[in-house]
Amino acid sequence: MSTTAAEPLFSKKNKKLLSDPLNDNNPITVQVLGICSALAITVQLKQAVVMALSVIAVVACSNVIISLIRNMVPNRVRIIVQLVIVAALVILVDQILKAFVYDVSKQLSVFVGLIITNCIVMGRLEAFALGNKPWPSFLDGIGNGLGYGVILVIVAFFRELLGSGKIWGFKLIPNSFYEAGYFNNGLMILPPMALITVGIIIWVQRSRNKKLIEK
Amino acid sequence: MKPLRNILNSIKPHFEKGGKLEKFWPVYDGFETFLFVPGHTTHSGAHIRDGIDLKRVMITVVFAMIPALIFGMWNTGYQHYLAQGITDSTHMQNFLFGLVKVMPIVVISYAVGLGVEFLFCIIKKHTINEGFLVSGMLIPLALPADIPLWMVAVATVFAVVIGKEVFGGTGMNILNVALTARAFLFFAYPTMMSGNSVWHADTAFSGKVDAVTGATALGDAASKMPIEEFTSKYSTLDSFIGTIPGSIGETSTLACLIGAAILLYAGVASWRVMLSVFAGGYVMGVIFNLFGVNTLMQISPLQHLFLGGFAFGAVFMATDPVTAAQTNTGKYIYGFFAGFFAILIRVFNPAYPEGVMMAILFMNVMAPLIDHYVIQANISRRLKRVNIKA
Repeated sequence: MSTTAAEPLFSKKNKKLLSDPLNDNNPITVQVLGICSALAITVQLKQAVVMALSVIAVVACSNVIISLIRNMVPNRVRIIVQLVIVAALVILVDQILKAFVYDVSKQLSVFVGLIITNCIVMGRLEAFALGNKPWPSFLDGIGNGLGYGVILVIVAFFRELLGSGKIWGFKLIPNSFYEAGYFNNGLMILPPMALITVGIIIWVQRSRNKKLIEK
Repeated sequence: MKPLRNILNSIKPHFEKGGKLEKFWPVYDGFETFLFVPGHTTHSGAHIRDGIDLKRVMITVVFAMIPALIFGMWNTGYQHYLAQGITDSTHMQNFLFGLVKVMPIVVISYAVGLGVEFLFCIIKKHTINEGFLVSGMLIPLALPADIPLWMVAVATVFAVVIGKEVFGGTGMNILNVALTARAFLFFAYPTMMSGNSVWHADTAFSGKVDAVTGATALGDAASKMPIEEFTSKYSTLDSFIGTIPGSIGETSTLACLIGAAILLYAGVASWRVMLSVFAGGYVMGVIFNLFGVNTLMQISPLQHLFLGGFAFGAVFMATDPVTAAQTNTGKYIYGFFAGFFAILIRVFNPAYPEGVMMAILFMNVMAPLIDHYVIQANISRRLKRVNIKA
């Protein structure tokens, strides 16, 4: 640790670790990881936010732990070790959710447990935490978790608004709209529309972000 | 024609490079080539070209749909008056009622669809292919007459943007645009697209608030109406002529067949696809008849082909040259399975009595795969021939 003392906590490089996954290297829209849960739990904004927070916690903590023990773990058994740590963290998150936000935890059902299989978690451990010091690994975990969460929240916002006319469970579209002949869009509640929404986000992002435009 | 040409010539400079409306060149070009055969010549490759281009192909299909449209208008009125207990309404009354109900849907569909298309052409700076000419007419014909207009607009935007433009515009789409619009509405607003209350246009004119409910033939069959009652309510002749409730353009197999004749005479649509869709549906109908455990299975194979949107889908949707299989053998396979699955879905999933839509969309997705294997089979066949000789 003594060698890193010279580097400030939020050096340019470290800030990039945090900001890169939000746009240029977003886990969902650019790396196309973690799509499965993005389709499953974005029907309501509340679920999406809870899910995003859980993933942020798991990715950040597991990144730090793996990074701390990266020199002790033999290369051959590293996947097993990673799995054990991630699984332990997920169970912890699951218990916390059950204790404090029971309703949401019930709605999320298996998808909390499935954070273990979320490619973003294992991907960051393999690609970053195994070769970097704890602090950058922590930032990388937070960044990627946020990148995942941002997309989740955007998708959930549109799905909840157009699919059930609500935001965070509150009715946003007034009754007079329904009386005038407005209908909630039932397709938005179905998973295919989440995929299309993610596709539209990718479309918008790629047409605005010059780094992502393919030749 | 001459004055029209003069108007076009006089406004042309504004749209050409350097003119003040340069941006809108695709729109101008679209209208000019729509009205007159374009004066372009080929620069390379084959120099002999047919005068028929995409726009003329499209307009032929639109002409072929006119019988279905006119009959649909008449039937909308007929079903409306019938539901109110008026049996002596004149044909003209029926037609006019339908005209007032149907025309706004057609106008909205065209206006929104072409608007989106023009917008994309202006942004992407490519010429307008009036690929939407056909879709714009197919969308209203595949919808119930009572559909709210804003839903038509939303579905059209969705279908043109997600179904077509993201894939690169006309000719690049994987899914049939009109069916995409219908599928969107079917899943997004199921209460307005299926069930018992949408098939009679009641709201206009009558002043009566109490809605008359009436299922489509397939809806009745799916809700386990006994086959004897079913056949007396919907005779085979009625379902062939089309005097039954249903989407605007789909009820009349007769009108669809007139359209088919126009398409085949003009050489626009593939007879292979049409024939094999009907064959596939008939085969599946016969198979179900052998079991015959519920009403949907007991319907005669022939009547299955007349009910719902089967004929409409076979003639106008499945034959879409962009989304159908391209190879001749592939067309047989594609069409056969489209018909086969249409009846299969219709019978086995009463929640989707309109299996034709699903079946054709499903086969649209499969079409490139079918083509791939047909071509591979051909290659390996010819390779074998070469190897034997050598």
